[in-house]
Amino acid sequence: MPGDFATEILGQSATKSSVAALRSELGLDKHPIPRYFEWLSNVFQGDFGSSFSGRSKVQGDQGDRSRQVVELITPRLKNTLFLTGVSAIVAIPLALLLGISAALYRNSYYDRSATGFSLITVSSPEFFTGYIFILLLATLFPVFPTIANVNEDTSLAERFYRTALPVFTLTLVTMGHMMRMTRSAIINILSSEYIEMAKLSGATRYEVIVKHALPNAWAPIAQVITINLAYMLIGSVVVEFVFNYQGIGRLMVGSVYNRDIPVVQACALIFASTYVILNLIADLIGIISNPRLLYPK
Amino acid sequence: MSENLQSYSAKAEVSNLIERRTRFERIKIAFSKAPPSAWFGMIVIAIYLFAAFFAPLIAPHAEAEVFEKAYAPWGGEHLLGTDQIGRDVFSRLIFAARNTLGICFLACSIALIIGTIFGIIAAIDRRFIDQLLSRTCDTLMAIPVMIFTFILLSVFGPSNFNLILILGILESTRFFRISRSVAVGQVVLEYVEVAKLRGEKLSYIIFKEILPNIASPLIVEFGVRFIFIIFTVSSLSFLGLGIQPPSADWAAMVRENAILIQYAQYDITAGLTPLIPAGIIALLALAINFVIDWYLYITSGLKDELK
Repeated sequence: MPGDFATEILGQSATKSSVAALRSELGLDKHPIPRYFEWLSNVFQGDFGSSFSGRSKVQGDQGDRSRQVVELITPRLKNTLFLTGVSAIVAIPLALLLGISAALYRNSYYDRSATGFSLITVSSPEFFTGYIFILLLATLFPVFPTIANVNEDTSLAERFYRTALPVFTLTLVTMGHMMRMTRSAIINILSSEYIEMAKLSGATRYEVIVKHALPNAWAPIAQVITINLAYMLIGSVVVEFVFNYQGIGRLMVGSVYNRDIPVVQACALIFASTYVILNLIADLIGIISNPRLLYPK
Repeated sequence: MSENLQSYSAKAEVSNLIERRTRFERIKIAFSKAPPSAWFGMIVIAIYLFAAFFAPLIAPHAEAEVFEKAYAPWGGEHLLGTDQIGRDVFSRLIFAARNTLGICFLACSIALIIGTIFGIIAAIDRRFIDQLLSRTCDTLMAIPVMIFTFILLSVFGPSNFNLILILGILESTRFFRISRSVAVGQVVLEYVEVAKLRGEKLSYIIFKEILPNIASPLIVEFGVRFIFIIFTVSSLSFLGLGIQPPSADWAAMVRENAILIQYAQYDITAGLTPLIPAGIIALLALAINFVIDWYLYITSGLKDELK
């Protein structure tokens, strides 16, 4: 499928002049490098340009029908942040609790079943988990709605109810990763020598964990959380598609179909910068809790 | 090592060393010690490979053959019914093994080759080339693979060829990181020095000297990335941007038949039709995970995670 937006939208029978006209209207005829810098300077001023899917004022047309990328994105970004935020609030404490307890009772039946279950959830693609939830909780036992359609007028309680299944899915998908990573981080710490020393000095089990292990465990746990938040953001794209949730991932996929480059660019910028910032925070937390990392060996 | 301390004799241990096992014998011993999970993984992978290689022989119908009745129920001529335009679901599941595994394997292999070669080159030449390659790699890794693929697919257009190339290049960053960090330790060893002094060519040093010594972590990484690529391709196909029709693909089949879930209360098999291809992906990922865990266990002696 070669070609750009102009040839794509006008179809194969388009004349050269109409393609050229649309190109000049959208600014596609300019050289890419100045176009890039123009885009970049506009982005820094909060202007992501206008979507290709609406036309700006044309002769003989009433009014401006162009759609600003910012206007398109803002409500959907809020929806996505709501979805990922709620999922994070559910998933993080649950995963930490499961991970830490699995590490403490290592090789018990509890640990084995927890790690086995997490391996299954990690191996399942988001849409598998999502459709299982739909099958069980929306069609066989209709508890929750299949489609999570929310708009600005939806009340908070209604919002929670409608987004229940997407939240469950996103929680389950990220929880496995988080649990496994937490478990191995804790096991790593519990096998170090100073824990052995604390045990030998007669500290109780509670003291060993709270006083000795936990202060050193915060760094890896915080890193696990931030990395998984980044992962959750990417996973939300598929989950939004499954439940037809009007989030930013859904918008991006639709724009890729239509080759609506300004919207794709803006969404990608949001995803990538969030991803980079979350990873940066993970590194910073690591350094704050363990300043030795600042000095290479 | 010291299983039986009472009857330990130095002579026995030394004499044991003389009996060198051949590679085949060592593989045989490793297999006989394989845990059930690894066996499960290997059998599942073997079934998938068999389906992928002999798809036209096993499948009862052709990949894109259209029958009269769309959404036919299970049983009868169509084991798992037909899809939204009347294609046999069971046959498409088998052909999808070929398409999905083939595309993912090609993408993963491209990533392995590009990443490893550049990784070793960066490890050999630690000055300008290393800086250039490493910083390029950092830049590519800063953007999540799926989002990056979105951007590139929206520029180049979705097609199977573009998909393989884009994923191959984006995923090569992981292989680059691994091979570079392992190769850095090898490059300073004497045998590489000797090879350089002998005046061997760069390609000889890369492939004959360094590569055999860093193969083990690369194989593990290949398995891990293969799962990851299957997930990415599946997610993309599910969203309609991955493997393009009329090629059968598991994730695309999930999307195409998703509407059947609505009828699960009347006919449970209808609700299961879209879940089967999704479950197939999950099962494959699980199987590969099991085999990787076992491989890690035998190569690095990582005793903790597998018990």
